Amino acid sequence: MNDSVQATAPFIEIDAELCKGCKLCIGVCPKGVIDISEKLNGSSYHPAYYLGRDCTGCALCFYACPEPAAIKVVKP
Amino acid sequence: MKITEKPVAFYPEFERKSGPHKETTHYCPGCGHGNVHKMIAEAMVDLGINERTVFISPVGCSVFGYYYFDCGHMQAAHGRAPAVATGIKRANPEAIVISYQGDGDLAAIGTAETLHAANRGENITVFFVNNAIYGMTGGQMAPTTLIGQKTATTPRGRLEAQHGNPICMAEIIATLPATTYVERVAIGDSKHIMKARKAIRKALTNQVENRGYSFVEILSTCPTGWKMDGPDARDWLVEEMTKVFPLGVFKDESDHREGAWHRPVEPFAPAKRDAYLGAGEAEAKAEKLPLPAELHCKFAGFGGQGVLTLGLFLAQVGMRAGLHASWIPSYGPEMRGGTANCSVNLSERRIGSPLVDRPNLLVVMNQPSLEAFAGEVVEGGIVIVDTSVVENCPGLPGRRVVRIPATGIADEVGTPKVANVVLLGAICAATGAFPLAFVEQSLRETVKKKDLVDLNLAALRRGHEHVLGAV
Ligand SMILES: Cc1ncc(C[n+]2csc(CCOP(=O)(O)OP(=O)(O)O)c2C)c(N)n1
Ligand code: SF4
Ligand code: SF4
Ligand code: SF4
Ligand SMILES: [Mg+2]
Repeated sequence: MNDSVQATAPFIEIDAELCKGCKLCIGVCPKGVIDISEKLNGSSYHPAYYLGRDCTGCALCFYACPEPAAIKVVKP
Repeated sequence: MKITEKPVAFYPEFERKSGPHKETTHYCPGCGHGNVHKMIAEAMVDLGINERTVFISPVGCSVFGYYYFDCGHMQAAHGRAPAVATGIKRANPEAIVISYQGDGDLAAIGTAETLHAANRGENITVFFVNNAIYGMTGGQMAPTTLIGQKTATTPRGRLEAQHGNPICMAEIIATLPATTYVERVAIGDSKHIMKARKAIRKALTNQVENRGYSFVEILSTCPTGWKMDGPDARDWLVEEMTKVFPLGVFKDESDHREGAWHRPVEPFAPAKRDAYLGAGEAEAKAEKLPLPAELHCKFAGFGGQGVLTLGLFLAQVGMRAGLHASWIPSYGPEMRGGTANCSVNLSERRIGSPLVDRPNLLVVMNQPSLEAFAGEVVEGGIVIVDTSVVENCPGLPGRRVVRIPATGIADEVGTPKVANVVLLGAICAATGAFPLAFVEQSLRETVKKKDLVDLNLAALRRGHEHVLGAV
């Protein structure tokens, strides 16, 4: 992904250390662009991650996520 | 550009949370409490109210609500959040008061407080997080547990005949005329969640606009208590819970009630309180007598001997003298014969705590009280003992022991009932805190039955003389 794409397309950021791997964001994403990582984070959870494309910025994942700071949605 | 992220009504770091990971909650993965917190925090920011919000944490998994929200906090005993909310809102109508409660808290132990706060139409917002279980204590049955649902205390499933039916609080609350807005929402699929978000904002907006009591029941998940993972728990909520707890608005009078619930409750004013309690009168008459030393007193004996009244007498004398005074009783359930004691503080300064752990004046009217409290008296303190009742009264090193057969003297004066007044006379003489004439005048004003005034004055003088004569 180049810089110009990043500036115009919506995207999300998931902080892998603040994620508890509950997968609720994955279930609600209409675009199916979130998945669970194979790696463990520092709290021994498999964190969710953004596939890096096709996010619409709908923020449904943000509201489905119980953690205050795990997900950030940016809609330019 | 629109950024949706952690609302600033959350603390940047949850410093009060013990252990590491100060940026995550203490909730289990997938727990609905986190979603509800997030939506409340977001609404607080958008409505600009976090600076004047008081969040009341219940007992339950959300007991640590004060870890998270950057607003005022109060922690209530189990089920009592709506009562605490009532007090805060009435004392400070500008505060936005949130009573956040689980189903065990709101619909079991706190049912009475819940119904009565709703019935009074308090201008507060109640968020009822119904997860059909006691999450915090390990997954026991709650009043909202579904029929057939397995919990730690219903291992074969809840039975109607044995445990009753799940209780539908939103429906019940909606029947009360004073309530304004009652809705049930869910942390289920995205549509549900976005509706919940709207309901949370509306319930807070109502309070900002003084529209009265709002109640939002939020069906929520407890993956740990339900023994499911996050997605399965949300599916079960959507499929099973919503059958028993239908979603929707049960009552909405919001539009007709703008400003209606701005009760003419006057802000807390100490002078008014004093006038109401009659405390101001004593102060107005006060003669401002200097006190040789602060008095921290304990009066103890059997119930019925008059030790509590003795404490009250002394506190009233103190108030008439322009001192700060406190009196607090402690007694068993028996009206007569049990043990009773009270603590009295008299000071020229304001009194922080009414409790007296280390008295400098102890008055005992029975043997067990002498044994229980003598060791607590500070060095240089005074111990006055009714030797008509206390048979064994040894000396106490470093303390002045004043022995007086108070009950016997009272009997001579007319009745053993005035033994406490004999002791009041003894206190005057032993401490030198108040002149006899001053205490006599207090008694004249305090004793309600006027034909008993002379009897009480005689008892007072005999106690006073006895101690002065013994010195
Ligand atoms: C007076 C009192 N009784 C009992 C308890 C034990 N207790 C702690 S939490 C709880 C139930 C909480 O359930 P709920 O209100 O549904 O909250 P949840 O944890 O499910 O969110 C109980 C009974 C207590 N702390 N205090
Ligand atoms: S914002 Fe919407 S589209 Fe983008 S990842 Fe989240 S749920 Fe999917
Ligand atoms: S919902 Fe939040 S905590 Fe759960 S997996 Fe997604 S980002 Fe992680
Ligand atoms: S026990 Fe249940 S209610 Fe409590 S934090 Fe865990 S999932 Fe949430
Ligand atoms: Mg519960």
